[in-house]
Amino acid sequence: MKAQAWGLLAGLFCLGIASFMTIDLQWQAFLSAEAFASMGRFLGEFVPPETSADFIQKVITGAWETLAMSVLGTLLAALLGMLLALPASQPRSEARAWARAPVQWLLNALRAIPELVWASLLLISAGLGPFAGTLALALHTAGVLGRLYAEALENAPAGAAMALRAQGVGSGRVFFYATLPTIWPQVISYTLYRWENNIRAAAVLGVVGAGGLGQLLAFHLGLFQMHKTASVLLGMIGMVACVDALSQQLRKRLT
Amino acid sequence: MRRADSIRDPATASRILLILGSFALLWPLSIATEFRPWALFESESIQSTVRFLGTFWPIAVDPAFLRLIARETWRTVAMATVGISLALVLAIPLSLIAARVLSLSGLTGTMDRLPFWIRQSVRWVLIVLRSIPELIWALVFVRVVGLGPTAGVLAIALTYAGMLGKVYAEILESADQHSSRTLLRNGSSRMQAFFYSLLPTCAAELISYTVYRWECAIRSSVVLGFVGAGGLGQEMDNSMKMFAGAEVATMLLVFIGLVALADRASATIRRIFG
Repeated sequence: MKAQAWGLLAGLFCLGIASFMTIDLQWQAFLSAEAFASMGRFLGEFVPPETSADFIQKVITGAWETLAMSVLGTLLAALLGMLLALPASQPRSEARAWARAPVQWLLNALRAIPELVWASLLLISAGLGPFAGTLALALHTAGVLGRLYAEALENAPAGAAMALRAQGVGSGRVFFYATLPTIWPQVISYTLYRWENNIRAAAVLGVVGAGGLGQLLAFHLGLFQMHKTASVLLGMIGMVACVDALSQQLRKRLT
Repeated sequence: MRRADSIRDPATASRILLILGSFALLWPLSIATEFRPWALFESESIQSTVRFLGTFWPIAVDPAFLRLIARETWRTVAMATVGISLALVLAIPLSLIAARVLSLSGLTGTMDRLPFWIRQSVRWVLIVLRSIPELIWALVFVRVVGLGPTAGVLAIALTYAGMLGKVYAEILESADQHSSRTLLRNGSSRMQAFFYSLLPTCAAELISYTVYRWECAIRSSVVLGFVGAGGLGQEMDNSMKMFAGAEVATMLLVFIGLVALADRASATIRRIFG
């Protein structure tokens, strides 16, 4: 055990060394006095942030769009995730267990591809704009939530569901009146946790053209309009902070 | 059976009201996100989707391309590893400064004013570092240091320094403080208290969190390629812009494999240390 652990640490250390050797990091590009001066100049251009009423309005619209993307994306993901979690959590003894492995593979694939990659893939069929971003969030998050829900379903105490089933109640109603209420607190807390993540993700999805604050940011940064970029950045940080606080409150109330 | 059917859910009315209410809330959201699922099924977008997906198979496997992909995959991993290493260089001192457990004046119950403000301001620095997403840092650094992995490494280093620093400080503070307090009370220095009491207690937790974050960094270093930080992401972005579906398909598979591998490696390492 101990030897194994040290071996692994040594392996990681070698990985680190090899990485440093091969990556051609330009130290002088960010550690020289000149680099610090240029970075300082660059940051100085951000001040003061643009505060004209027009632009603030645009930032607020962007923030609202980002927020809407994250909420709708998370809700869609919760629905899709639950639909996929049901076959993925099928006990191996059941007749329908054949769906278990393929659905779990699907969930893994959905989860492995990051939101941003989904977004740039979806741009082709959904076009530029927040719709592609919403779908991208929904697909990636469905993979994450599906796996978490499936684990919750597998670990849920089966008593209530068995009692209803023994009475001859159909499987749909067993799910809605016994299984779902049992895992409800977990479902809520996983979903809220993913929503917090998705707010951040939604804010950057715009960089590939999927709407929201990110699109505004990429646009103005691309044109070197630093004052406007600074306002967008401040809007982004403010929004994330607000959502974190809100979600913490919700979590306290609901779970 | 008939009797069971005739028993009604006593909460029917409130459930229906709840569902209607949430649809009323969803309406403005769907307007803001231009949510038009039917647009996916218009003949034009179906055609372009089918055309693009049609180029996915057969996936690209010519040796020159695979060599390129292998090189870029390594670059992605290296970017994440170097980024995390630099993040550690920043995060370890910051978290040591921020941890309240290592306060000498705090031993009496209340911390002195100066150390309190120093700790508080380090905490603020950590919050700012991690509240800006790494992609935004990368966009900014691409402007400062130019295209290439350096921008990605710096972006990962700064964001993850914020995350690691915060969590390290929390882990140190949640540890059993009896032995570190005893050491500090009896005149050992803060560094001695850290190395002989806190570090041995928390090492496993610290290592497993770091490895978990390394796994996350591999995922985000792919994404950073999309803004010009090199690696697998940049190749994927290029191929997508040229609608080279076969290359995209290969890279997606490689990427899924890489994530699965990192996932497995990190789980193994955490199990051994945990």
